[in-house]
Amino acid sequence: MNTSLKKPLITKKLLAMSSRQRKITMGIIITLLALTGLILFTRGTNLDTVSTFGLNSGGAAAVQVPDLVIPSFWTIIVLSCLLLLLGLTQLIKGFGSHTNKILGLGIFIFVVVFLVWATREKSLNLTGLLRLSAVQALPLVLGALSGILSERAGVVNIAIEGLMLIACLVSVMVSSLTGSIWIGLLAALIASGLLAMVHAVLCIKYKMDQIISGMVINIFSTGITGFVSIKFLVNFPDLNQAPLFPNMAIPGLANLPILGPIFFNQNIFFYLTAILLVVINFALYKTRWGLRTRMVGEQPRAADTLGIKVERTRYIAVLLSGLIAGLAGAYLTLGAVGRFNRLMTAGRGFIGLAAMIFGNWNPFGALGASLIFGFTSSLESKLTILKVPIPSQFLLMAPYIATMIILVGVVGSVTAPEADGQPYDKE
Amino acid sequence: MSESTLLMKADGQTRKNKTIDPNNTERKQGLAARIWMTIRMPILAFLFSILAGAFLIIITDLNLYKVIDKAAESMTVLGKVAIILAFVILIASLVFYFYPKSLTLFKLRGSKILTDTIVRVIGLVLGILIFIVLLILSGWKDVLMTALNSATLAYGSMLSGSIGSFPQMVSAIKSGDMQLISDAFYSLSESLVAATPYILSGLAVAIAFRCGIFNIGTEGQIILGALFATVAGYGIKGLPAIIHIPLVMLAGALGGALWAFIPAILKTKFKANEVINTIMLNYVAFRLSEFLLNGPIRRPDQTEPFSPYIELSARLPRFFLYPNRLHLGIIIAIVIAVFLWWFLFKTTVGLEIRLVGQNKNSAKYAGININKNYLIAFCLSGALAGLAGANEIAGVNYYLSGTISPGYGFDAISLSILGNNHPLGVILTALLFGTLRNGGTRMQNLAQVPVEIITVVQSLVIAFIAAPVIIKTLFRLKGNTGEKLVVTKGWGK
Repeated sequence: MNTSLKKPLITKKLLAMSSRQRKITMGIIITLLALTGLILFTRGTNLDTVSTFGLNSGGAAAVQVPDLVIPSFWTIIVLSCLLLLLGLTQLIKGFGSHTNKILGLGIFIFVVVFLVWATREKSLNLTGLLRLSAVQALPLVLGALSGILSERAGVVNIAIEGLMLIACLVSVMVSSLTGSIWIGLLAALIASGLLAMVHAVLCIKYKMDQIISGMVINIFSTGITGFVSIKFLVNFPDLNQAPLFPNMAIPGLANLPILGPIFFNQNIFFYLTAILLVVINFALYKTRWGLRTRMVGEQPRAADTLGIKVERTRYIAVLLSGLIAGLAGAYLTLGAVGRFNRLMTAGRGFIGLAAMIFGNWNPFGALGASLIFGFTSSLESKLTILKVPIPSQFLLMAPYIATMIILVGVVGSVTAPEADGQPYDKE
Repeated sequence: MSESTLLMKADGQTRKNKTIDPNNTERKQGLAARIWMTIRMPILAFLFSILAGAFLIIITDLNLYKVIDKAAESMTVLGKVAIILAFVILIASLVFYFYPKSLTLFKLRGSKILTDTIVRVIGLVLGILIFIVLLILSGWKDVLMTALNSATLAYGSMLSGSIGSFPQMVSAIKSGDMQLISDAFYSLSESLVAATPYILSGLAVAIAFRCGIFNIGTEGQIILGALFATVAGYGIKGLPAIIHIPLVMLAGALGGALWAFIPAILKTKFKANEVINTIMLNYVAFRLSEFLLNGPIRRPDQTEPFSPYIELSARLPRFFLYPNRLHLGIIIAIVIAVFLWWFLFKTTVGLEIRLVGQNKNSAKYAGININKNYLIAFCLSGALAGLAGANEIAGVNYYLSGTISPGYGFDAISLSILGNNHPLGVILTALLFGTLRNGGTRMQNLAQVPVEIITVVQSLVIAFIAAPVIIKTLFRLKGNTGEKLVVTKGWGK
């Protein structure tokens, strides 16, 4: 795809930090990561220990591949040195416009080093870990897509967390009541779409501060889901037993080693997300609707002059955003656990927003960031098996801290849509 | 607006908060009218939200549906028609009241008169009366009573749970027995106990808002404050109370300020938006306290993750006998609120903070260091939130547990907005929220209405306050309805 088309309509030079300061900060972050790897992880690792990564997942694949066995010490040394090299290059020379990708790569290498260190003398099912990462990244990708749609049209949407939460509750209750998983999914979409419309009306019609409006939706969702779950779900446990969407193995492809279990043996949400990614990317950059939506988010006045209906475009964008957030919420219940727990979204909506910012408001950029977050989230459940001498609470913190680091790292190199967060006044 | 404030600063009139607008009619009105103009929006918003809450309580009352089923069994066709008619009339009168323009659809003659306020109120009252009469006539009296009961029981038990009974108080004071007095005022004092952290955390959100910062991380800062206070409370031994108590409170403030310093430095140095960062730090703070409570600061003889009790010398004195828990914290909180009012409205730093919050660009133009003010306001905000946590440790719980804050930080956002981000307004709304929170437990027990109804009501309150146009159009208010609440525009700008 032509990259020049992906850039926002009007390029801005609103760099928050001077590029020099930014270059040095990024360089220091990456160098620190490398030094941590070199100093912390080489200690206690013998020269001849090996890390074993299992590549088969539960014998589902027809083709069995041998385990990946690598020498722990040397891998750590080599990768850390590579990381150090990256950091120093960034510090001295700078990578210019590629800094974000380098930061992402740096974090990825660091996590690999960490994994090699954690699995020394043990074995870890790598395919399982990657599959879990993909599963964990899924709601984040959807959250980011939801944010992209709304913010490209100029409406900041921090209500995604709340929309997801309400979709979680509605999907579980409706599908438990009716027994039909599809009606549950539909109800979740309707509920979060309606709530998104409330956000849209507050922001667009009443010109309320969009961050506050988003928080209103979040607080409302927290309250109403808590209210309903205490009032009904506790007394009627039948209402909290939703069916699950089954895994759909794609014939042929599902039997591929490594890739099969990760990509081709997931449930319908996974494929839907993949399709949505492509469709939204195409729609935003290659269709008239996308051009108009982006224009409304960048220069609403100019768009208005050209006869584009600014408010209507924004309403549609926020509605679509709400529907996708609803899909994410429905995934958390109907696609993953089948029951509702209070506050089960656990900040995923906000992390999705961070992924959106990291990806510079582009669907595929957000995908990359979501994968990093998904990977860090999946570490906790897998690493407790390995008995890593790090308290599980710190592993649970990882995605949140990663979010903050990444947010700090990218500010200045990403550009939000020009009119993002500003209500449009005709006069 | 901010430019005229700036001009006033040049004139040396730094004491005035409100700007002078020649077209503003408010100045000509008396003090009472001005106060009414300021507080009518919060009051209307609150009442309206409470009504919406009552509606939610009624429609989720399962008992009501049983009564409806019973009533529906013995009903004639005429009765059913009457019921439907009653609901139609009720909805129509509501629509007429809130949206009188709808009548012009029917092209009625003289429809202009119909939009008159008195006509609208009469219409609403008539509609409700006809609704009630029709329901009673068609045998739905039970249903009506059940619906009313469920709402009044919920709110009534909330009120009685948070205030207590007056006759008991009077007789207790007459008898002069300390224990009796302590018992009689138990409910009321519990409301004040709950209001104390609300005042402090509300102030935390308010000062950040005044500087244009949206601090959603109050919850995490409360936890960190409580953590520091606990460590200072049980770690240091052998101090007299007069030194130990301030030390514990300062430790709490320090903890909160440190936790707020992270998003503050990220905002000033790296221009990273504080909204996501503070939310992320909340989660990190939960995990951090969970880790510490399960390891380093866990009480040795406990199976639950609790910290050791703080020293006796670190505990805030209580006013009444056990089990009444009213402690010195409420006075500290009110003193701090008054101090903060002085700080915000009577000092140069306060003025600068407010200017930055009102308009960053004109503040910059006036030569104000924006980043410095962000740092000051954010750290002060964190310190106040930390004090709220320390107050809970030193005044109420005496030890740290995972449930130190039942969402004080999140409630603080709505109460600060309801209090117009004014320290004195925050005291009032904090008392209100303390009452709600304290009565909520009793409501949950007596009326089976989950305490989360408060959260729902809160979200509505914020919506109505932050978008004053809604209330303004609903009630046809005229005149200035207060400043528009604007926190941020976009990300990292």
